[in-house]
Amino acid sequence: MLLNGNHAAAYGVKLARPKVVPVYPITPQTPILEKISEFQARGEMEVDIMTMESEHSAMAACITASLAGVRVFTATASQGLMLMHEMLHYASGAQAPIVMCNVNRTIGSPWGFWPDQTDSLAQRDTGWIQYYCENPQESLDTVLQAFRVAEKVLLPAMVIHEAFYVSHALEVVEVPDREVADRYLPPFDPPHRLDPEIGESWGNVVNQDMFYRHRKTLGRSMDQALEAAIEADSLWQELTGRGYGVIEEYRCRDAELLIVTMGCMAGTAREAVDQLREAGVPVGLLKVKLFRPFPVDQVRRALKGVPGVVVLDRNFAPGTGGFLHQELKAALYGLEGGPAVHGCLAGVGGTNVSPTKIAALAREAMGGKPSVFPVWKG
Amino acid sequence: MAYQFAEEKVFCSGHHACPGCNAALAIRYIVNTLGKDTVAVVPPSCIAIISGPQPLSSMRIPVYQTTLEASAASAAGIKRALKARGKDHVNVVAMAGDGGTYDIGFQALSSAAERNEDIIYICLDNEGYMNTGAQKSSSTPFMAYTTSTPSGKPTVKKNIAEIMAAHRIPYTATATTGYLDDLVRKVQRAKEMKGMRFIVVLIPCLDGWGVADHEGAKISRLAVQTGIFPLYEVEDGRKYTLNHGPQGIPVEAYLRRQKRYRHLTGEQIDEIQRMVDSDWEYLRTKFDS
Ligand SMILES: Cc1ncc(C[n+]2csc(CCOP(=O)(O)OP(=O)(O)O)c2C)c(N)n1
Ligand code: SF4
Ligand SMILES: [Mg+2]
Repeated sequence: MLLNGNHAAAYGVKLARPKVVPVYPITPQTPILEKISEFQARGEMEVDIMTMESEHSAMAACITASLAGVRVFTATASQGLMLMHEMLHYASGAQAPIVMCNVNRTIGSPWGFWPDQTDSLAQRDTGWIQYYCENPQESLDTVLQAFRVAEKVLLPAMVIHEAFYVSHALEVVEVPDREVADRYLPPFDPPHRLDPEIGESWGNVVNQDMFYRHRKTLGRSMDQALEAAIEADSLWQELTGRGYGVIEEYRCRDAELLIVTMGCMAGTAREAVDQLREAGVPVGLLKVKLFRPFPVDQVRRALKGVPGVVVLDRNFAPGTGGFLHQELKAALYGLEGGPAVHGCLAGVGGTNVSPTKIAALAREAMGGKPSVFPVWKG
Repeated sequence: MAYQFAEEKVFCSGHHACPGCNAALAIRYIVNTLGKDTVAVVPPSCIAIISGPQPLSSMRIPVYQTTLEASAASAAGIKRALKARGKDHVNVVAMAGDGGTYDIGFQALSSAAERNEDIIYICLDNEGYMNTGAQKSSSTPFMAYTTSTPSGKPTVKKNIAEIMAAHRIPYTATATTGYLDDLVRKVQRAKEMKGMRFIVVLIPCLDGWGVADHEGAKISRLAVQTGIFPLYEVEDGRKYTLNHGPQGIPVEAYLRRQKRYRHLTGEQIDEIQRMVDSDWEYLRTKFDS
């Protein structure tokens, strides 16, 4: 089928059969909720869609519906995600395995509608699993993987792709069969639920020790999410022939420099790598798909012995720089024979970054010393 | 006055309310009337304190403690999920304070009303943010002292019952702890209906209002008898029924028993009397029709 990223994600949602979907419109996410509404209207999805008055309430309803024992989905972007912030923590605290698509869009002020990952990356510490997707097919596949992982470790998961480049770009997408999805994703039937027959409560005030233990438990669930994500991806590969890994290494053999990035920039970087390799420049690509939990061991293994990396961040945190750049430096800490790390702020605010441009950045990095801080590279 | 109600023992003694607290009294009759097939939603408020800290609970039903502004949305989420699981018969009740209802939770409440969510929303209205030490809310009455309005609140109390009735939801009612039979009947009535049901219960707060420990119910009755808080119910936003109205007692009898009104001058009391009279004249026309 010819589908854009949003509609592809909606097909993934349909296959996952959530029972309750609280939503609130925001560009460029709206086509996801419109498609789900269309599936419901055509009788192709048995789902209760709640048309909320805000993203804050949408997430509030997601949490309780999930805790009452049904599979739940929602989608948002930018300002909507910002408004949800309080409830994102509440969701992970409650260990509610909600799956949400976030379409990366610049955060105001000023207003903009452009691809920029700062919205979701700024939520990296909310206790949500985060997946970054490169294209519509990956978004569809990842929605199903995210449900499998979330329900296994009892944490909420975000499936993220960028505005327009992925959300509105049409590509050929293979929609898996119903039977495949059902085999992959068993019905959600958690033993702990809000139900008078069970009588369990959630959210009461706890003392310091209980809070401490709860945060530790949350951390353990997040650690387990890495194993679960690897398992979910390899099973998906078995069933559909498509797997992505938690990281992807592209033409990394004998590379003297690796380009490290996330989301659809990985597609552009792949072309740059091909160009450079053709010109005899030993460059590869490391794509980080799973950002939370951060696949530290996988990244260290991939970068050990590589002389240099250049990180491309389409996001920006004033005072610290690019999120991936920070995470990567932290992940490499103490690694003997680790690479020199160059950080580039590239594509922040949605500016165009071409393969030629990435190739030039790679060549530049190979010739120079990295600065501690990321450099603005348009 | 002695009451006899058929209560299901859902609410337990030994909770953390101030001795004599009318909120605890109201919660007892609300949840004991709704019964064991109920899930409760409670935001931060005195109600949350009364619900009990982990691992204790004062109610023998599942209680979900939500965020301050999200009660109506949280309750709606539970109800939709229970329905999807084939458990539509379970009551879902949100019990929130006035701050969590009139102010920060109002957006979610109004939207739940517009969607006619199948939930019971009960506001335990003690006319201020008591949990944080008695600051004003938009339910705080004209001229009442709070720690954030030390010279008295210069604006009038928001009329939440009329606002909710204007949503044309199936059921809107006012109630208070001095009329427990009326409260129980209204909760029972709400329980038997479907769709969005809203009850605002006036709760004299001993600490926040400056009222003696044993006087809560008496103050509550005076609020009704002076016409400050008439008890009535509205079906579909149209059919108004008066249950208990003013009995010609001047507002001074109510105001003078509360420290939060200690600073009032005679003129201010007269002004409040005129406002209450005028509000009642306006409201009573609705019962005639
Ligand atoms: C978003 C948010 N802001 C502020 C608070 C702090 N807070 C906790 S309880 C409360 C007052 C609630 O007042 P009300 O709803 O009237 O309940 P009461 O304490 O009077 O029973 C406030 C402001 C909070 N919990 N959450
Ligand atoms: S502060 Fe008021 S409402 Fe809260 S527990 Fe005490 S008396 Fe009850
Ligand atoms: Mg209050």
